[in-house]
Amino acid sequence: MPKAKVTFQDVGVTVTVPAGTRLIEVSEKVGAGITYGCREGECCTCLTRIVSGHEHLAPPSVLEDQVLKDNLAPRHHRLACQAQVLGGEIVVKPA
Amino acid sequence: MPGLVSPDGALELAPGVHWIGALDPTLRSFDIILKTANGTSYNAYCVRGSAGVAVIDTVKESFGDTFFRRLESVADYGEIRAIVLNHLEPDHSGALPELLRRAPGARLYISSRGQVMLKGLLHGDRLAFTPVQTGDGIDLGDRHLRFLQTPYLHWPDTQCTWLEEEGFLFSGDVFGCHFCDARMFNDAVGDFRFSFEYYYAHIMRPFRAHVLEALELIEPLPLKLIAPAHGPILRDAPGRYVARYRELSASGLKNEAADEKTLLVFYLSAYGNTRAMAEAVATGAEAAGGVRVSLYDIEGGEVSPFVDLIEEADGLVFGSPTINGDAVKPVWDLLSSLTAVNIAGKLGAAFGSYGWSGEAVPMVENRLRGLKLRVPVPGVRARLIPTGAELDECRELGRNLALHLTGRMAATTIDMAALA
Ligand code: FES
Ligand SMILES: [Fe+2]
Ligand SMILES: [Fe+2]
Repeated sequence: MPKAKVTFQDVGVTVTVPAGTRLIEVSEKVGAGITYGCREGECCTCLTRIVSGHEHLAPPSVLEDQVLKDNLAPRHHRLACQAQVLGGEIVVKPA
Repeated sequence: MPGLVSPDGALELAPGVHWIGALDPTLRSFDIILKTANGTSYNAYCVRGSAGVAVIDTVKESFGDTFFRRLESVADYGEIRAIVLNHLEPDHSGALPELLRRAPGARLYISSRGQVMLKGLLHGDRLAFTPVQTGDGIDLGDRHLRFLQTPYLHWPDTQCTWLEEEGFLFSGDVFGCHFCDARMFNDAVGDFRFSFEYYYAHIMRPFRAHVLEALELIEPLPLKLIAPAHGPILRDAPGRYVARYRELSASGLKNEAADEKTLLVFYLSAYGNTRAMAEAVATGAEAAGGVRVSLYDIEGGEVSPFVDLIEEADGLVFGSPTINGDAVKPVWDLLSSLTAVNIAGKLGAAFGSYGWSGEAVPMVENRLRGLKLRVPVPGVRARLIPTGAELDECRELGRNLALHLTGRMAATTIDMAALA
């Protein structure tokens, strides 16, 4: 299975993950400071800055895109409960 | 200007601008967490322009009758062009569904961040509304309303509405307080200062950073009057209340640690075991350098000054023995008081001694995660009297926390399969 590397910058941990993993599946386990509310892509609590490698995430769904817009999320920010890793190297930190 | 609101009449703030809210003098506790010594008011307003009428906020549902009588005394439903909700909490949106029924020609304006909450309020009723952002406005002919987004004061959807021609700020929960007095104006009501400060401490303080952002928008306005969603209308020296928010959102004494990172070690100890561990954590952190460490026995202090300390610290470690399968009450009391401040993103950790089970440490770690701290360094547990090796682990915990705080933590790479 294709692998990807996700670095959680605030705790200095890089995790090798299979493609298709969502950030939410990993961030809590490494103790990163990304926090969750609804876990369903509605509340925007899990807003996360993609420091680099945003192109290695599956593009946001229409719904995620709308929530990001409604909450005036800056460029290269994603919902960690939604964003899915495709491959390559990605660096993230809490927004 | 009349001093006392009549039971059904509107209160004039300027020609064509009226308070049409409701008084709730018997309320003693608001949203469960707030005390209200003489009740509260749900303030709603009506603004008449040459091209139509705008209603700003409504009231709690059970006060709808009074609200509609007051509204009817100054406007016909057919004239209402715009309904603005500065905040969608039920104390302000309760009468919205009925108002929309009575004024079908009105358009609803809410913050773009309020759309999820609107769905939760109207449950599937499809409704045309306009999501707005800072700078958007409504043209009422000879009067203009402008929106200022003030997120998190008190919910993500909160905004203020500025009536340009009059210099009136309809501020929602901001600058509000739970105080009920039919004399309504700040220069006429009883002494409400404690309510103003109490409201700030409980509703606004957790969002201090957002208060500062909101003040950047509000301070430049040529304010003549602040019309909040609760409590007295501030027509006498409204700028003083803005300045008070500025003061309250700054810290008190200067922090001597300045730019140095700070780590607070809190502990409780029945037999001195958890204390010994706390001292080892502190020693380890000190030895790593670059961090100012403070050690506190929770038993010897009160919650509120500890909360003040925590608000400004970078890292927090809690030591609790496990007694009857739980962390001890003073630890929970302190942790449950932290919702009054913003601690998201701080570094957290736990440790403690135990007799036969050691649940306290993971329980505290989970609570810290729930409070939005990052908890990258696993806690340390010791059975009864910590051994030399366990105290070494505590020193290592302190050292790792210091390294995290100062950005010197060695980067690690792990496989997802290895994560618990
Ligand atoms: S947790 Fe609510 S949007 Fe991700
Ligand atoms: Fe509120
Ligand atoms: Fe309110």
